[in-house]
Order: sequence, then structure tokens, then C-alpha cells
Amino acid sequence: MALPPNVSERDFNRALEQFSNIVGSEWVFSSDEDVALYRDAYSIYWGEPEERVASGAVAPDTVEQVQAVVRAANEFRIPLYPISTGRNLAYGGSAPAYSGSVVLDLKRMNRVLEVNERNAYALVEPGVSYFDLYNHIEERNLNVWIDPPDPGWGSVIGNALDGGGGWTAYPYRDHFGAHCGMEVVLGDGDIVRTGMGALPNGSTWQENKWGYGPWVDGLFRQGNMGVVTKMGFWLMPKPEAYISGTATVPDDEGAVGLMDTLNLLENTGIVNGSTQLGGGGAGGAGFGGGGWSLQVPIYGPANVIRAQLDYCRQKFEAIEGCTFTEEPLVRIPLSPEDRARVRLVNFGIPNLSTFSMLGRSPFQPNPAGGHIGFSPIVPRRGEDLVRFRNWYQANAAEVSGGENLGIIGPVFMTNWERSLVGLIMFPISKDPEHNSKIRDAFVRWVELAAAEGWAEYRAPTVYQDLIASTYDYNDNALTRMREKIKDAVDPNGIISAGRYGVWPRHLRDA
Amino acid sequence: MRSRGVVLISAFAIGIVIAILLFSSMATGQTAAAERGEAVYDHWCEPCHAAGLGHPGTQSLEVKYRGELPAVLAERDDLTSEFVRTMVREGILMMAPFRKTEVTDAELDDIAAYLTE
Repeated sequence: MALPPNVSERDFNRALEQFSNIVGSEWVFSSDEDVALYRDAYSIYWGEPEERVASGAVAPDTVEQVQAVVRAANEFRIPLYPISTGRNLAYGGSAPAYSGSVVLDLKRMNRVLEVNERNAYALVEPGVSYFDLYNHIEERNLNVWIDPPDPGWGSVIGNALDGGGGWTAYPYRDHFGAHCGMEVVLGDGDIVRTGMGALPNGSTWQENKWGYGPWVDGLFRQGNMGVVTKMGFWLMPKPEAYISGTATVPDDEGAVGLMDTLNLLENTGIVNGSTQLGGGGAGGAGFGGGGWSLQVPIYGPANVIRAQLDYCRQKFEAIEGCTFTEEPLVRIPLSPEDRARVRLVNFGIPNLSTFSMLGRSPFQPNPAGGHIGFSPIVPRRGEDLVRFRNWYQANAAEVSGGENLGIIGPVFMTNWERSLVGLIMFPISKDPEHNSKIRDAFVRWVELAAAEGWAEYRAPTVYQDLIASTYDYNDNALTRMREKIKDAVDPNGIISAGRYGVWPRHLRDA
Repeated sequence: MRSRGVVLISAFAIGIVIAILLFSSMATGQTAAAERGEAVYDHWCEPCHAAGLGHPGTQSLEVKYRGELPAVLAERDDLTSEFVRTMVREGILMMAPFRKTEVTDAELDDIAAYLTE
């Protein structure tokens, strides 16, 4: 049996006994066989001493049980690592950031507490997946959409808290940005409701994000200040239709106008869908050569989005050399023919087809196994787009040590408003030698990017310290501030030690 | 003789009834497990292993088996319970294992029943 660091076997057994009394013995896992199920299947350190592994797991079913488990963990100084559905693959999965933690598995808390059609919001528990919420809505024929990320089995809450996003309209596809109100069990077992949720007898918890006074929700995004047990989300009423067009420019010079026009169209609300950028000779782009393409989707009433797309055409065709083509209008709900040909996540339908891209296929008969990504935020300007592409191409061979390690990059993503993401994808396997080379490459890309002023927005647990170290303005003032807050709300450092580079006091000096 | 014959026929009839009841009980037991298993399978396995495009598990097995075996798991008749349990609990390639808070041991037995019956 693995033990949490600095915890005696006697105390660990007493803690497990208390956990069993709280949740029932069948929901406490401590055998090697059961704990192995919490390993990160996409660990870049698979089978090596540095792999982050749990010492046990406990799965409460209610918020009261979560409070009781947190209090018991405080008594015995057991580090806890909350997971929601545990499917955060490529970012640590269900394994803890701090080895030896007991995973607080919230999958059993899988209730859709409310879907309010009139005011278009949902209130859910952490174990609710996108599939679950979608099914709940469709079974009741409610006139709202969810915004699924690529893998539909993820947690609605977990994805938002980790900084994930989806593929429908703004603002809904920024999952944390689309949340409204949360319930949190703090590190000492106390419970808070944020925003309007702090108002007894109020009924606007999911209708006003800010409430009154300093807003604290952000502390729980990629945070370790508490365990989020409920969270509200704004939902989009189902749109009548979807239309899209694709602007193409012949060269890098055209990318400047392409990005400026995109920014104008998004910042004025003309384009609300998740745009797709391709080309430029970038790795994941689809068409090589020097040109760039940009697909701009719009959701809304058919006649309105028709006029909006006409406006897009007018603006894009003002760019020298730019051509603009249109795709057929898609009515919602989808016809069977449309459903078979569209990308379902763009229409609020969760699925797992994204794994087809990286799994075994005719193009890739022997896939490595999993992947991780490095996704630095890049200014949304054509000049920076080209600069990033050139920077990647200039350094790729050196970073990979002259080998073909199967690294794919850069895939430019424009689904976040206001900025670009230059994604670099790394295949990982169960082979330590291969993984070692990938690790060297990953670290090198982080260092090179930081020197250019680009840094990641989300990271696998093993690289969260590394990425945090690149955000070091004024002698790491931001990290130091977070540490002060951490010490105040979780004085024993129980919750998710080390998550996103924030360590409790007793581990900072270790 | 007549009464004896009636007794014999009655005993025979009772035997048939008992046999039918026993058989249907066994059959119901198996069917119930498989029916439960199908529901669990639909929730957890279908998103990857259903027929058609967009299902990475099916895509992967199409490439692996090249038509020698069905790529859709629910169409296979060669799967064993042990194999199903191993795949679910250990995973393979991009497929991560499923924890007991996702698929309980009892649900896993039901999935195995569904895929092997």
C-alpha cells in the first residue's frame, strides 16, 4: 500500500476508516488494483519514479460527505486531489498533481440539479458529463444547447475549472466564462456559495455572476482553494440556423488583413461561431502552401445570419487577393443528412470522434497511445501568426534532436476570443525512452516560447510548475499572492497541493 | 390403470413445467444481465464502439482486423468475459481504463454478459 507523504500507516488506516464511515466502505479504494485505476493513462512519466500516483481514493455522493471527508483529511493531514469525471486526459487524467494524495473522486455526484429553459441556464454537480447534460436536455425537449468540448465524456464543471473550451457560439464556448455561481467546500470543510448564491432565499444565483463585493470565483479556476460541488452555467437557446463562409488569402501578407477583419467581425458580434484557421504551411492546417484560410460560422435566425455573412464577405473581399466562399445554410434541428456531415460539437452534440484523429487509423496504423499539448497564447495579429509559424519551423528540428518524434505543430486555434492559440501536440507512449525525448522537447518549447513572450494557458500536471515559472513578473508576485490566499483558506494544505504551481506552505520549503 | 396413467401424465406434465420454469428462470437471469449490460454499454462504450464514422474504437479495430473480425464490438461472437474485463479495467492505446465509480464491478459483469451472450 502506498502512503501519503509524511503520514504514518496507522494514521492513513484511521483516515481510510473514517472515510469508509462517511461514504461507505465500497466507495473507498486502497488496494493496489483499485488505486491503479486512478493512474494517468496519458502520463509522460508512465512507469517511471516521477509518475504522479495516488495512495487511495474516496468517492462521496453528497456535499455533506465532501465536507466530512475534507475535515477527516485535515485531522490526519491527508492530501486530497478532487477530480470530477476523471477524464481530463492529456492534463493529468484522474491522477493527482502531488504523488501520494488521496483522490477525491466526485463522479458519483452526477445530478443535473436544474435546467431552466426560460432563463437558459443549468446547475450541475461535478460528476455530470457533457453526455449526461445533453441527454437530460434532449429527453425533456428543452430549447437550450450545451457547448461540448471535443471529448463529450468530460465533466461540465471539471472542464470549466481546468480552463477548457468548446465549439459553439461565444460567450458559451469559454466554459469558465459562461459559468454563473458556484458552491465550494473550502480546505477546512467550510462551505461557501459565490455571487448571488450568498443571498439566503435568493433566486438569481445563476442569473447574475458578480453578486456583491470582491469576486472570488476565479480563485477556483485551475485553483486549489477548495472543492467545487455545484456550478451554474449559462446556456444558449437553440438557434434557428447556422451559416459559414471561408475567406482565403494567398500569402502571409494577407494574413494581416485576415486577422484584423476577424477581430472586427468578432468584436462587433457579427461572427459568433468558433472560427477555424488553416494554411500558412503550418503543421496542422490542412492545406500547405503559403496561403491562409479562415472559416467564419454564424448562429442565429436564417435571414439575419444571411445578412451577417454578406457583411463578412464585404469586409473580407476588401483584403487584397482575398476570396470568399460560402457553405450551405444549415437548419436546426439538424436533418439526418446534415447530422451525418457536420462536425457535431459545432451543433451542441457531444461525442468522442476527436480520438479518431490521434488513434489508430489507415493513416496511422501504429499510434503511440496518447498525447499532451503545449498551447501558448499568441497575439491575434497576422504578423504574430506568421512570426509564430516561422519560429516553430526554425526550431523544430533542433528541439526534436534531429529525429521525427511525431510532434505536430503548430495548429492555430481561434476559438478563444481576442487571442490565438499556437498548439503543439506531442505523442506519448508507454516507452520511457520515447517519453524521455518528448519531455526534453516539451520543456525546450516552453523555454523558447517564454523567451518570445508566449506562454501556455493550461498544462498537464507534471508541467504546471514549469509553466507557472514562466509567469514570473516582479519576482513571481502572482504566485506569491496565490500562495498567501492558499495558506489562508486551506491552512493545512489539504486540497490539490501543487495544482497549477500553487503549493501549500509546508511543501513550498520542502 | 387409468388413474395410474393420469398420475404418470401429471408427473410428466409437472416435470415439463418445472423444466420450463427452470429454463426460463435461467434464461431470464441471463437476459436480465445482458439487458442491463446493454444499457451500460450504450452509455459508456457506444460513443467509441458504435458502427459508422466518428467512432474511434470502431475505426481502430477496422484497421487492426482488416475485415477478419467485426470492428463493432457488439457484433463480435468471440469475446470472453475475462477479455472484456481486462480491456475495461486496463485500457489499451488511447482508451483509458474505467474506474469503479464509472463502471462498477457489477456493471462490468453485465457488460461482459451483453457482449458474450
